[in-house]
Formats: sequence, structure tokens, C-alpha cells
Amino acid sequence: MIPALIVGILAAGGTYLILQRGLVRVALGFVLLGHAATTLLLTAGGLSTRQIPFIGAEGATAEMADPLPQAFALTAIVISFAITAFLLTLAFRGRDVLGHDDVEAEAAPDEEEPR
Amino acid sequence: MTLAIVAPLGVPLLAAGLSMLLRHHRTAQRVMTVLVLLASLVAGVSLILVTDGATVATAVGNWPDGLAIVFAADRFTALMVTVAAGMALLAVTFAIARGEDDHDLFHPAVAVLVGGVAAAFLTADLFNLFVAFEVMLMASYLLLTLRGGRAQVRAGAVYVTVNLLASTLFLFGVGLTYATVGTVNLGELAGLPARAPTATIGVGLVMLAAGVKASLVPLHGWLPRAYVHAGPAVTALFSGLLTKAGVVVLYRLTSVVMDGAPAVQPWWLLVAMLTMVIGVLGAVGRGDVRGILSFHMVSQVGYLILPLGIWTVAGTTAGIVYLLQYVFVKGALFIAGGTVETLAGTGRLAELGGMLRTRPAVAMAFLFPALALAGLPPSSGFVGKFLLVLAAFDAGTLLAGATAVVVSLFTLLSMVKIWNGVFWGEPNERVLREPAATRFALPVPAGGAGDLPVPTGGAGDLPVPTGGAGGLPGPTGGAGDLPVPTGGAGEEGPTSGHQPAPLRRGRLLAMTGPALLVGVATIVLGLAGGWLIGLAEPAALSLHEPATYIEAVLQP
Repeated sequence: MIPALIVGILAAGGTYLILQRGLVRVALGFVLLGHAATTLLLTAGGLSTRQIPFIGAEGATAEMADPLPQAFALTAIVISFAITAFLLTLAFRGRDVLGHDDVEAEAAPDEEEPR
Repeated sequence: MTLAIVAPLGVPLLAAGLSMLLRHHRTAQRVMTVLVLLASLVAGVSLILVTDGATVATAVGNWPDGLAIVFAADRFTALMVTVAAGMALLAVTFAIARGEDDHDLFHPAVAVLVGGVAAAFLTADLFNLFVAFEVMLMASYLLLTLRGGRAQVRAGAVYVTVNLLASTLFLFGVGLTYATVGTVNLGELAGLPARAPTATIGVGLVMLAAGVKASLVPLHGWLPRAYVHAGPAVTALFSGLLTKAGVVVLYRLTSVVMDGAPAVQPWWLLVAMLTMVIGVLGAVGRGDVRGILSFHMVSQVGYLILPLGIWTVAGTTAGIVYLLQYVFVKGALFIAGGTVETLAGTGRLAELGGMLRTRPAVAMAFLFPALALAGLPPSSGFVGKFLLVLAAFDAGTLLAGATAVVVSLFTLLSMVKIWNGVFWGEPNERVLREPAATRFALPVPAGGAGDLPVPTGGAGDLPVPTGGAGGLPGPTGGAGDLPVPTGGAGEEGPTSGHQPAPLRRGRLLAMTGPALLVGVATIVLGLAGGWLIGLAEPAALSLHEPATYIEAVLQP
């Protein structure tokens, strides 16, 4: 129940933020959504469908965590970290060349020119 | 065979790291990228040779079954790996020829992109598919925004956020699938709708994310907005690899996990028809070469997913035949369009015209792929579309078949529009001067280059010679004391004195060469359509009878 609430609140906040116009808010929104996904992955574990991960620990299933979702979550965290860094760089670059980080603002007429 | 399975993803990723170290040595980077792509090509071809009805798989690290990361290749995967490597090779050739790789990170990013796409094709595990998509998309974010101009930042913001949202959905899908059935291995997920109907929600989310990446209508809005702002060579590269990875995943999941998903077939038909129609209508409304081509990419994805709505062996064979040739055709069109932009400095139809006279090679490089895209005989596009329409009619989906035919006509219409705008008619001032060409040390047909004071419309007291011998309109004159050649506006007109042009003809050939090669290949493959079908049929059978694939994945 608690994990479900956490996922729900994080997803709601993230969705609200990525609907904003500023790229920094969008980036923060994706951070929240990424956390929601990670939490979901962590709660997805369970040893009912597979055997315990370590050899020689028979009968201790109740005390064992499922290692696979943890590996998933770690990978997902690393990826979302990299992409957050990229988004923030993009926002920073946008501040340099556009003067703001508002992605929906009117395009200047000379921007459409392909090189 | 393990080597051939792992090479298409392992070699490019290793090379990407090495390429980073060599970032100040452009030649070394170029040689390495080309070698890597050739290696992927060889690996892909060798996979094609061994996968006639069989599936090869490998468990990385020799971990026990169920723990190891499995990569598997059936004929479908092998074909896609080969086609992707081949198209990437052509696009990189074009990029090198026009100097678009003039950034330290271009070659590493291309290598990562190619490795990620190959991993997405080869993996037999949902979570690894997510990772492969992220690797591929990360490289594509970088390539799109590499030039860092205002348009790129704007396009990049749309592209990154949409794809990131899709990736997050993908991750949710993976999590829900794992929570329901405790595995994400494609082999263990086989036959899911019958065993655990609730788990199809998770897989459905994954397919939705793949649909965003394949740019299905109504999830297509990002593609035409983003692709036109990438460099021309990057657009060619993306067109061959990115959306196709989404399509391949849709095929694979429908085949292995969803058992053909009979319940959603009418929806696939609807989405396919919408994608075809809305894409092509968008293309008709655009006025620049790459804008039109980008909307066509959306439209053609409709053809590619039509087989999911039919789901017969004939339909899937047709879809794969179409996919195989379409990757090259669309890439070649972007290369031809990119060459026009490289020379004239713009892709807007209103500002171009008459390039058939000044640059016949570029015109030919555009013409044959354009015919193939519209599906005119004897091109390979005709074979694919004919089979597809035939399969749609055979399966009783008359409306979808008819839509495919009508949309082909509209495709022809917008190809004619580009032809009329860019190549037909009288060459105008911009086409004759080719103001952007000097930047790439290209031969300028006549008159002055962009940096020379060229009178427009006969300004001043200079008589501007027009109408040379043989009815050809002569190029307008340069200014002052320059030798002004008139008459034969050949491909290689004499240039004015101070042209820095050591590479000249070879460079133009290297730019149009890939597209010309594809043009010839479409005609050859159109005439040898039976061979293409023979290549694709085992792939379709493997998708319809996934038992061998599943078995290979479960016991690699």
C-alpha cells in the first residue's frame, strides 16, 4: 500500500512538472518520474517464481530479497542520472542561445534555416 | 556464432570508447567508424547465412539458464542488423564527405548509436531492451543537438522529453511485467495472454513506448519537429535506425509474447491507416525537402506496421521485404536532399529549381529512391508495396489495402513536388551560385562563389549573360574582372580563380555516391524481387512460429 502511494504521488508530481514549459522543470519532473519507476521496480521483487539467489542458504527465503529488481533499479538510476545531466545541459545551452529555457516560445524567423 | 551475435553490439561500443580517446585525430576516427560498421555488416551477413529457419542464441558470461543475459538472432534479427549496419555505413560516408563529422563527439556517438540499435535487435530480454533503447537514444540526443544552435536546442528539447517519457513508460511496463510474472526474459514470457492476462498490461506499456519511438500516429508529433533540425547526414542515419528499432520491437513482442494479439489486430489496422494518411498529408503541406521526407517517414511506418493488423505469413513477409528496402530508400532520399542543402544552402522548394541541369548526378540520386518510395515498378518499393497490398486484400482487410494504394499516390505526388521544386525548371540564381558549396570545397558550376560579389538580377552595368548554347540557360555572370563562363552549365563548370578545391569532384561523388548506389540497388532488387522474398520469408516464418526462437532463448 505504502509503495503504491509513493509511486502514485511521485508520478503525479512528475507528470505535473513535465507539463510545464521550462526545461529545468521538465528535467525535475523526469527525476520524479524516474524515482517512481525505480520504486515500482523495487516493489516488483518476489521470490515466489524463482529460487533464492545464493547457493547454500536453503530455507531462508523469507529473509532474502530478490536481487534482480535491485539490479534493474540500479541500472535505471544510472540511466536517468545520465539523462538528467543531459537535459540540464540542454537547458543551460538554451539559456545561452535562446536567453531562456522555455521550449514552447515563438521561434525566431531565422531559426528555420537549415545549414 | 557467439562472436557474430555479440560483435554487432560489442564492437561498436568498444570502438566508441576508443574513438573518444582519438578525438583529436579525425582520420583515425573515420577509419575506425568505417571498419566497425564493416565488421557489423560482416557479422550481420554471417548471421543471415546461419539463420535459415534456425535461431542462434548466446548466454553472455556462460551463466546458467535463467540468470544469463541472452542475445538471440533469428533471420529477422539478422536481416535488421545487416540493413542497419549497411545504412549506417552509407550515412557515415555522406557525413564524412560533407564534413559533418567535424565534431569530436560525432564518431563516438555514431558508434554508440549503432551498438545500441544492434543490441535492441538482438536482445531477448525486456529489461535489456530498455537499456539498449536508452543507449541508442542517448547517442541520438547527442547527435541531434551536436551543433548546439537555437533550432537544435528547441528540437532537442521536444525530442528528448518525448522519448524520455516513452522510456519511463517502458520502465514502468518492465516493472509491472516483472511484478506479475517474475521474469522479463522473452522466452519465458512466451504465450503470456493465455497464462497471465494481467501481465499483458505491462507488455502493453512497453509496446506503447515502442510505438512512440516508431512514431505511430497519434504519437508521431516529435519526429517531423526534431529531424529537420539535425544535420542532413544525422537525419539519414536516424531514418535508417531509430524508428525501425521501434517497429522491430513491435514485431518481436507481437510474435513471441502476444501470440499475434488477435484482439488488437483491428486497432493495428486503424493505427496503420491513420499513420499512413496523416503522415502523407503532413508531407503534402510542407515546403522544404527534409520536412516532406520527415513526414513521409511517419507515413511509411504505417506500411511497416500494417502486417501487425493482418498477421499472416504473406503479410509479414511483405512487411519485411518492404522494411529491408525502405531503410535504404529513405536514407538515400535524405542523402540526396542533404546534398542539395549542402550545395544550395537551403532545402526550401521555393528557393530552388533547375538542379537537374546544374547537378544531374544529384537529380539521379534523388530520382530512383523517390520512385522506390512511391512504389513505382520496377523498383524494389513496388515489390514491397504490391506484396503488402496483396496480403491485405487476401486477408480481407480491403480498406487497409485500398488506403495503402491511395497513400502511394499521395507519396508520388509529394515526390513530384520535390522534383518540380528542386530539379525541374530553370536554374535560379541560388542554384547557379551554390552559395553554401564553397564551405565544403566543392566545385561551383560557374560565375562567382558565395563569397564573391555576384550581381543578382543583372545589377549595375554588367551584361548578365543568359541563354547559352543548346538552349541551356547560361549561368549568370560573376562580377568585374572574373572570367565569366557562359553556356554549358555542366556539372563541372570552370570555377573562378581562388577556389580552395583540392577534393572537388571526388567529394561530390562521395556525397551522392551512397544515394546513387541505393538507386541502382532498388532497380536491381525490384527486378530480382524473388530473391528478396526468399530472404524475408524465413524471417516471417520465424515470427509466426516462434517456437524455435523461444527454445533457443530458453536454452542458449
